[in-house]
Amino acid sequence: MKKSKAFWIYLAFALVIYAIVQVMLTNGMLDLYYQNMLITICINVMLAVSLHIVIGITGQFSIGHAGFMAVGAYISAICTMKLGLPFIVGIILAGVVAAVAGVLVGVPSLRLKGDYLAICTLGFAEIIRIVFLNVDYVGGAAGMVVNHATTWTYAFVGVVITIMVISNFTKSRHGRSCLAIREDEIAADAMGINTTYYKVVAFVIGSLFAGVAGALYAHNFYIIQPTAFNFLKSFEILIYVVLGGLGSLSGSVIAAIFLTAVSQYLQAFPETRMIIYSVVLILVMLYRPAGLMGTKELKDVFKMKKRGGSEA
Amino acid sequence: MSNPLVKLENIGIQFGGLKAVQNVNMYINKGELIGLIGPNGAGKTTTFNMLTGVYTPTEGEITFDGKSIKGLKPYQVTHKGISRTFQNIRLFKDLTVLDNVKIANHHLANHSILSSILRLPSHFKGEAEMEKESIEFLKIFGLDVYKDELAKNLPYGMQRRLEIARALAAGPKLLLLDEPAAGMNPQETQDLMDLIALIRKEFDLTILLIEHDMSLVMGICERIYVLDHGQLIAEGTPEEIRNNPKVIEAYLGEEVKN
Amino acid sequence: MDWLQQLINGISLGSIYALIALGYTMVYGIIKLINFAHGDVFMLGAFIGFFAITRWEMGFIPALITAMIACAIIGVIIERVAYKRLRNATRIAALTTAIGVSFLIEYTMIFFRGATPEAYPKEVLPDKTIEILGAKLDSKVIFILIVTIILMILLQFIVHKTKIGKAMRAVSHDADAARLMGINVDNTISATFAIGSALAGAAGVIFGSYYTRIDPLMGVLPGLKAFIAAVLGGIGSIPGAMVGGFILGIVETIVSSIGFSLWRDAAAFVILILILILKPAGLFGKNIREKV
Repeated sequence: MKKSKAFWIYLAFALVIYAIVQVMLTNGMLDLYYQNMLITICINVMLAVSLHIVIGITGQFSIGHAGFMAVGAYISAICTMKLGLPFIVGIILAGVVAAVAGVLVGVPSLRLKGDYLAICTLGFAEIIRIVFLNVDYVGGAAGMVVNHATTWTYAFVGVVITIMVISNFTKSRHGRSCLAIREDEIAADAMGINTTYYKVVAFVIGSLFAGVAGALYAHNFYIIQPTAFNFLKSFEILIYVVLGGLGSLSGSVIAAIFLTAVSQYLQAFPETRMIIYSVVLILVMLYRPAGLMGTKELKDVFKMKKRGGSEA
Repeated sequence: MSNPLVKLENIGIQFGGLKAVQNVNMYINKGELIGLIGPNGAGKTTTFNMLTGVYTPTEGEITFDGKSIKGLKPYQVTHKGISRTFQNIRLFKDLTVLDNVKIANHHLANHSILSSILRLPSHFKGEAEMEKESIEFLKIFGLDVYKDELAKNLPYGMQRRLEIARALAAGPKLLLLDEPAAGMNPQETQDLMDLIALIRKEFDLTILLIEHDMSLVMGICERIYVLDHGQLIAEGTPEEIRNNPKVIEAYLGEEVKN
Repeated sequence: MDWLQQLINGISLGSIYALIALGYTMVYGIIKLINFAHGDVFMLGAFIGFFAITRWEMGFIPALITAMIACAIIGVIIERVAYKRLRNATRIAALTTAIGVSFLIEYTMIFFRGATPEAYPKEVLPDKTIEILGAKLDSKVIFILIVTIILMILLQFIVHKTKIGKAMRAVSHDADAARLMGINVDNTISATFAIGSALAGAAGVIFGSYYTRIDPLMGVLPGLKAFIAAVLGGIGSIPGAMVGGFILGIVETIVSSIGFSLWRDAAAFVILILILILKPAGLFGKNIREKV
């Protein structure tokens, strides 16, 4: 079948990338700096794609995504550092608890629309951050020291699974329901879509993978502090999705990769980085609000060269 | 008459201090084609909205297929078998024609989220069926050639047709059409009348339609209800309505000699 | 009495929130945009006031007026450069741009002068202690309250008794109808930004004079809280913003005084979520139904 063939192609592509990098790593071709950059790229791609399904696909303007990342980070850190559990358990629990947080935040917030929804998600994220700031068990403002456990393999597998799950969800009747909600919620309702259910589902999938990304993040940077999960972080993730093109998964991936690389190079100049980000964002919103890819995917760009079949 | 398919008994709705609709009694039997007319602001779309669950009536009862549907959410009403089009077209503009129809088909499929994520056989089977049925649907409306076109790129007349096709893809027993002929010239209106007659037969439909175009209403409706200022002022066959002085007054503001 | 002291503290804080909230509510009322950069205008006002007082040796009132005028101009510039084009864009685009402007202002400030705070001189406001009912009232507080009340009366006068105020109310209601009536909608919107920003600038100078410490990121949290105050009062409602600001200031002070000072910031967000869930229209707001 045409559609499952595309799936195997992507999988093969992913395996090739993995193999190349793994070889470079074992041969010492990539030093710690590049290793770290690759892992950070994977984490940021996971964050971007997990926000994409909420904003880009379902049209729900959530600007508190860092809150779920924080939940995942702290839960996984508690698992490994306080409870002595293996890293993989920490990752899974991070995802599960972040998903639960997604339900708790989503159910009240998703009743609201547009600006109100955005502010509500921001409010919840701030509450989450303040909670972690004030709980001594996880170190409070000083934060928590976390053992290094994230490897390239973990990060890469994480990002591949994230992309696959979200891509598969999108290319199905469930994904289409979410798209319908984005396009016109009232019409979607009238056509038999349980809009509340699907908004929450998309939100939960998003928060789950943000939590997993948080777990990988926590075990990569030796220490986690509440300030790392503030509105600035949510804003960065928002930029990946908006710049890449609202509605384009490949756009979010490309933007996340590109901006992470830029960010690494501008690490010594944090204000310059923020100024550039802000100016670019404003210019894009004013002159090309569709972002890099609009709602198209990478393969749509290739498909325009030949007459194509239909979408799954 | 024995059990009508739809019954609106004494329904009314109040927004703040304003009684938008009051004491409306309507019934529709299976297979009928009923018109709902009245001046602008009479409460016609509000009545549609009550029927489809967008608003909950503050008084009265709505029964469909023997059971009350008052208070159900719109998607639940659709699952029960009522579907609608909108006065100002509400297509999914940035999605393809095919996707617009597939979405209406959603609740008739049953492969789960998990099966889609894991790409299990049930997902592929379900999706293939949805694809096949949706394309078949589009063929009936002559839109299958445009299946991959974005809905927003279609010309106006076709967009209206797509809205009807989409509403039908939801598999309703009762179809509500809200001003389907708005903005159409006489030829397009005639095509629309033929289309309505065709789908009514093909799909064994009961139809309730709001319309301002009198040639269409008088041409195809079997019975007509007339609303003015939120209340029913007349009901009957097209002939009776055409000559009803109250109706004439409502539209023209004074009695007019025939 | 301690509770009286707390009440007074709450009212001082509340008046600052109220002045900022007014700008949010007026802008949202007229173009349905949450001006994320508004809190940063407050910050700029504080810094301008600081320079007016320390460099140009102005008194409190002249500094206040200078900051208000400067912020009014800044507000109009922001509106014309960033927001005007987005009047018909999606909410996501407009809000994202506003967030971008906010970060731009903050980090440009830090880029040029660093993130270190400044301190207003302590003698800006008259410093006397008055005793009422056992509570030691700082004359500063009274001064702030008087200035705030004067500004609010001025605002009410402008909105209800002047032509531009009438235009603002008309455009909030229905921009197209207002345009057809001959109202210059663009100028009205700019005037709204100017007035709102002036009030935020005033709040900045007042904040600096009272709390003395100012820094480039000082607008973030108060800005957010002032927005919450506006939502609490009913976004789009001017009396609502005033009432919401005072309520929030008092609640925050109470939370802090009963021992939960670490959680005082969370109080605002909890209020926000409760309001959005229970009564999104706020205390004075109206429910607007989407036409189907």
